[in-house]
Amino acid sequence: MGGTTNLRRTRSWWLWRAVAIVATFGILAAACGDDDEDAAPAETAEAAPEAAPEPEPAEEPEAAPEPEPAEEPEAAPEPEPAEEPEAAPEPEPAEEPEVVGGEVKVGMITTLSTGAAYLGEGIRDAFILAFELDGRYELDLIVEDDGRDPAFAQQLADRMLTRDEVDVMTGIVFSNVAGAVVPQVVNAGTIYISPNAAPSPFAGAQCHENYFVASWQNDNQSEAMGVYVASQGYDSVIALAPNYQAGHDLVAGFKRFFGEVDEEIYTELGATDYAQAIAQIREANPEAVYFFYPGGMGIAFVQQYIASGLEIPIFGPMSSFDEVIVDAIGDVSLGLFNSSFWAPDMDNEANRVFVEAYREKYGTTPTAYAAQGYDAALLLISALDANGGSASDTAGMREALKAADFDSVRGKFRFNTNNHPIQDWYLLEVIRDPVHGDLTNTIVATILEDHEDAYASDCPLTG
Amino acid sequence: MNLFIEQTLNGLQLGFTLLMVSAGLTLIFGIMNIINLAHGSLFMVGAFVAADVGGRTGNYLLALLAGIAGAAVAGLIVELGLIRRLYHRDHLYQVLATFALVLIANQAVQMIWGLTPRSVSAPAFLDRTVPVLPGLPYPAYRLAITAVGIAVIVFLHLLVERTRVGMWIRAGRTHRELLGAFGVNVRLLYTLVFAVGAGLAGLAGVVAAPFLSVESGIGDHFLILSFVVIVVGGIGSLKGALYGSLMLGLADTWARTYLPDLFGQFVDPSTAATAGASVASASIYLVMVVVLVVKPNGLFGLADE
Repeated sequence: MGGTTNLRRTRSWWLWRAVAIVATFGILAAACGDDDEDAAPAETAEAAPEAAPEPEPAEEPEAAPEPEPAEEPEAAPEPEPAEEPEAAPEPEPAEEPEVVGGEVKVGMITTLSTGAAYLGEGIRDAFILAFELDGRYELDLIVEDDGRDPAFAQQLADRMLTRDEVDVMTGIVFSNVAGAVVPQVVNAGTIYISPNAAPSPFAGAQCHENYFVASWQNDNQSEAMGVYVASQGYDSVIALAPNYQAGHDLVAGFKRFFGEVDEEIYTELGATDYAQAIAQIREANPEAVYFFYPGGMGIAFVQQYIASGLEIPIFGPMSSFDEVIVDAIGDVSLGLFNSSFWAPDMDNEANRVFVEAYREKYGTTPTAYAAQGYDAALLLISALDANGGSASDTAGMREALKAADFDSVRGKFRFNTNNHPIQDWYLLEVIRDPVHGDLTNTIVATILEDHEDAYASDCPLTG
Repeated sequence: MNLFIEQTLNGLQLGFTLLMVSAGLTLIFGIMNIINLAHGSLFMVGAFVAADVGGRTGNYLLALLAGIAGAAVAGLIVELGLIRRLYHRDHLYQVLATFALVLIANQAVQMIWGLTPRSVSAPAFLDRTVPVLPGLPYPAYRLAITAVGIAVIVFLHLLVERTRVGMWIRAGRTHRELLGAFGVNVRLLYTLVFAVGAGLAGLAGVVAAPFLSVESGIGDHFLILSFVVIVVGGIGSLKGALYGSLMLGLADTWARTYLPDLFGQFVDPSTAATAGASVASASIYLVMVVVLVVKPNGLFGLADE
């Protein structure tokens, strides 16, 4: 008898404990995205003025202990590398037999789990590939999976900054993670190169001299599609996105160039079931649907949309139609349109080298995420070249990064004052690759040329 | 009106999917007194095995059977290898051990099947819509999930209430020593219950797979919801799992549909859409709080029977 009573007491005790745990999970899940974004601005704002005086005193002591400057002819002109860094000493780094080289320690926090795992995988693999193809630098890459969790990512960043003492950080896929981690990194005086997420606050008033975006500003992805959808004569559109920073940015970007939408529907980040949102679309019966669902969310949404029997045309940015998503959806995705800064069949030398090497090494067509990871690495390599192969001079690295002197797989690439790219945006169509037989994207038109983001004028940094 | 009907169908379908997961969870928690956080991993195993077999053979029925069998076998291995040693331990040991299993399972799935999400095709005869009402086509597959959910609850009801094994299960819930004294092999019984629960989680994984992207960790979301379901319904009660699942499925779907509109009465549409979505994602927890305030043991908890 005693045993039974005891058992019961234990059970209700654990019942309450389970309730507490579950409730905590739920509340955290619902609230964490916003919290982290709120936390970010304060940090950046405080530290921005501090960062300014830093570079000057740092220059002198660092120049002395370094062994390389003595040998290199570049040591003297260093103070003004912006003027003519390449002129005489290194016309084509690739051709020289004994060129600059050295070790660079890169901390990569990226998403390697959840339905978006392949996004981080593409970034990581292409980043490594770029250093392998270049062959001159020893890449000490520390990769960690953030699980799309901002708080966990902050711990990882802390460890990389203090224990591992990385030279440069990169890798973040999701804007809510970036919102939490980027201020921590750049305020610690470390350079961060974004291979994907570029939330709007960091492009405007909270921009930072240590923060460089090798992909695009979030809103840009949608802006080109806003232009296109409007040009096709659609008046009423419903926009769908996950409820987090990038979702809000992409809907804002679409509206900036399309005009007002009938309705905005925000679903949970990482949601798997879209039946409820699809019923709302059916009820509102718009002329077109614009959706931003990266990774597994995109696969789930489009599959369910097709199964629902709705025939309203759908449009999205490249994140909703990358090669993995269209491959999972299958032939129904053929002929659908999206917008991107790049496509696998883009016709330039750097891209041909990249796509071929990526296919050979990893066996699949690279996604745009891989292209971004590759460009982030090329950008970093270009800055290392300009600094004698060492990342230790942060001011020098900043200046060299800003010059963006590398052959991007997207062709044209240059930085705006806020360290976000100015680039062309294209209309892409899903096709079957005539050579490899898989589903892929091809460029059918240029929508926006030399396009910049809407926030650069709010950024206090100057050219 | 059509919107309300469609959302109700969606809510029921979500509810019945949850039921398949939580019925097993409530049996294991209520009868064996084991907290199994790895239940969501069994859902994932079912989905991945089905995606693999479905991808190779293109046969949905084979994928379905393989998914259920895969999850049940995984459940058997877990019970025999780990859980069996934890029956007499404190719940904390069970939580730690099964949480470790969740992490191991998520990594193992990534190592076996890679990081790219997979998909499962619905059987051809269900891969279409049927008109529920004039002007309201609804995916036949989602209706079929509801039907499977009903079949599962009927099966479990008959098993627990009408069979000798069911009698043992009910007796094992409160009088396990006595049951052993009557010559019933309680260990074997527990193993069977665990395997059935695992198989049900696998079944849920397979039937949900065609409209999900099958990815590492997909079961975790369902696990949390299922714990809410069994807490709301009352631990160990199948009836509670049924009512809890349907209540939460409907509450979640309705809240996501109507809260943004409701908020839109007071603030601008963009803010309302964001805030409504945020509050809606917490709606099931609000339901849980209300239920527990009124009935601390859940709707059909032990104390009420």
